Amino acid sequence: MPFGNTHNNFKLNYKVEEEFPDLSKHNNHMAKVLTKDIYAKLRDKQTPSGYTLDDVIQTGVDNPGHPFIMTVGCVAGDEESYEVFKDLLDPIISDRHGGYKPTDKHKTDLNFENLKGGDDLDPNYVLSSRVRTGRSIKGLTLPPHNSRGERRLIEKLSVEALTSLDGEFKGKYYPLKSMTDAEQEQLISDHFLFDKPVSPLLTCAGMARDWPDGRGIWHNDNKTFLVWVNEEDHLRVISMQQGGNMREVFKRFCTGLLKIEEIFKKHNHGFMWNEHLGYILTCPSNLGTGLRGGVHVKLPKLSTHAKFEEILTRLRLQKRGTGGVDTASVGGVFDISNADRLGSSEVEQVQLVVDGVKLMVEMEKKLEKGEAIDSMIPAQK
Amino acid sequence: MANSFTRVMSGRNTAVVLASIGASTLASGYLLSDSTAAADRKRLYPPSADFPDLRKHNNCMAAALTPKIYARLRDQTTPSNWTVDQCIQTGVDNPGHPFIKTVGMVAGDEESYEVFAELFDPVIKDRHNGYDPRTMKHPTDLDASKITSGMFDERYVLSSRVRTGRSIRGLSLPPACTRSERREVERVVVTALSGLKGDLAGRYYSLGDMSDREQQQLIDEHFLFDKPVSPLLTSAGMARDWPDARGIWHNNEKNFLIWINEEDHTRIISMEKGGNMKRVFERFCRGLKQVEQLIQERGWEFMWNERLGYILTCPSNLGTGLRAGVHIRLPILSRDPRFKKILDNLRLQKRGTGGVDTAATGDTFDISNLDRLGKSEVELVQLLIDGINYLIECEKRLERGQDIKIPSPVAQFRK
Repeated sequence: MPFGNTHNNFKLNYKVEEEFPDLSKHNNHMAKVLTKDIYAKLRDKQTPSGYTLDDVIQTGVDNPGHPFIMTVGCVAGDEESYEVFKDLLDPIISDRHGGYKPTDKHKTDLNFENLKGGDDLDPNYVLSSRVRTGRSIKGLTLPPHNSRGERRLIEKLSVEALTSLDGEFKGKYYPLKSMTDAEQEQLISDHFLFDKPVSPLLTCAGMARDWPDGRGIWHNDNKTFLVWVNEEDHLRVISMQQGGNMREVFKRFCTGLLKIEEIFKKHNHGFMWNEHLGYILTCPSNLGTGLRGGVHVKLPKLSTHAKFEEILTRLRLQKRGTGGVDTASVGGVFDISNADRLGSSEVEQVQLVVDGVKLMVEMEKKLEKGEAIDSMIPAQK
Repeated sequence: MANSFTRVMSGRNTAVVLASIGASTLASGYLLSDSTAAADRKRLYPPSADFPDLRKHNNCMAAALTPKIYARLRDQTTPSNWTVDQCIQTGVDNPGHPFIKTVGMVAGDEESYEVFAELFDPVIKDRHNGYDPRTMKHPTDLDASKITSGMFDERYVLSSRVRTGRSIRGLSLPPACTRSERREVERVVVTALSGLKGDLAGRYYSLGDMSDREQQQLIDEHFLFDKPVSPLLTSAGMARDWPDARGIWHNNEKNFLIWINEEDHTRIISMEKGGNMKRVFERFCRGLKQVEQLIQERGWEFMWNERLGYILTCPSNLGTGLRAGVHIRLPILSRDPRFKKILDNLRLQKRGTGGVDTAATGDTFDISNLDRLGKSEVELVQLLIDGINYLIECEKRLERGQDIKIPSPVAQFRK
């Protein structure tokens, strides 16, 4: 729950030792990085909109984590959080993003033509392809912190931008709070509808406040381009379709995103971006490209192979169940996507998915024939 | 439209520029121009932009809050900088149920009830049957010797229990408290409790340091409270930093129990198997008075005033904060269509044996007083006792095939 600067000054009446959270049972990036010294240094700081250190870390204090899964344990309340609290966030970003240094620069490349191949993934194995990212509107605070007035403004600006799109991007907005039952049914069966977050990782960060006020879903008439408004980020932009033509999905993704950005810029709202962190999003894990490009792919044999995890790691890929993050695989079908977000471009990350999935499908076919795949195991990418 | 947005955005952009210079510069810059983040927000968004959409809501807060009230209160803060938005967040996030009217707001500190009185007073009036904090006084009476007929027929009453809450004056309440305040509450209360003697002597179990064996023991005894999962509580921020500074204290006899930093600073419970409600209440009053004395020795006191009685987090618990109840078997009466009306007129409430928002199992119910504010502890416990005795009489009559009468409604406040 966001307290902001109002309550923070009151806390300064108490000593650091008295306020420092008990992180002895915790396993998340924030708990690994936060020391009493860092806490002492940052506790009286606030961003211009009043976001404070305790606001940043609350979700990580409330969710000790799991011995096997390392969550981030902190969120940003606005663009400036990444500056004001850099003593805490830079080491976390480095841990989470493979040693990314405060002086590193992030490359943005949304030129889909730079992608090689990607239109020939075998649809007998690759059931669907999807690319998502997030965008934040500059000058407005992020979901953990924003007020109802700000959230509604984000919705208003987003809807204005989206409803001005045409061609393959012509579509319609469905606000969560005034959706009809029929619309809701349809959106659920299209797998478009997002629900009120129940994960305590999100609710403890205050992202579900005032639900469903200001939240909604926009999608194009073809149902291949979809935008979530005010869920975990200002905007989540998704391009998806059945089958394995990731190239087409990525083309639509880039085209649509750039169109939307153009419209926002025309009205003097850019997206939050800088050359060090790329696109600024609520969770530090989504900095950089914020991109998760992936497929639902049938790998019943490969997924039970002893080297499956290692292959994924070397390909810089990650597996999830078909329900998305923190779900289990059903029927040998996995969600395989890029693991990286920061330090490589959109094109580079989608290329890894395209090349990696192609290789894994070939491995699967080999295993089906009873052949070994050891010679195919790649070097670390 | 673009013009007003550009103006709005440039205000933020100035802030961005200042932030890049460094937060300390920012702080001084803001002091010079007498502009805090809260003041900035005031300028950028009028109250109407922030007014919550309560059209689908059914709770006391939603019924009382108007755009005018919100506009007057939005930019006020209590001395510890708590705001009305923080008070109402739980009611905005939880629209409620058509049949169950929740309160929909909480206090962050004692002063919330004053600073936001314009909203709290009508909510209190709605929840507490017309009790008007502006004109009425709440009576406090913890003299258990005044209780009569407090021994129930144990063929019907399985257990008896009285609970209340107490807040430590000067420290913020669970929705708002900082970690250090919460730890201070724990220290103050545990130190006081260690001074209890005789049948009240006991020990403290910190939730965070509990061994598995201790935890199982407390679960088996039905003493252990868990991290709140109800969104009514989590949306109000009461589960933050769990289980830091939370714990359970109970006496060696296991009939006097205190929860620390759950939904209130303290919840005090006196209970035992069987129907001796008088003894339960005697111990309750004695224990409460001793704890109060022990904290006063160290310069602390409970939050209390004559308008609202004992101050607790939820407005529904103001006044006495007292819920006195029994687990009682009423197999025939509970199936009688007049059961609900009888309970209503006796100012009683039924719950399942798991407590609030649980269903009854079989014929056993948790029956307790409905009211909290406007009547004293002694009055409410006596009402409960008289009511339970009446219900037992009804059950016995029905057993014998005799008819029962719906009692006339109990009188409301003393005028």
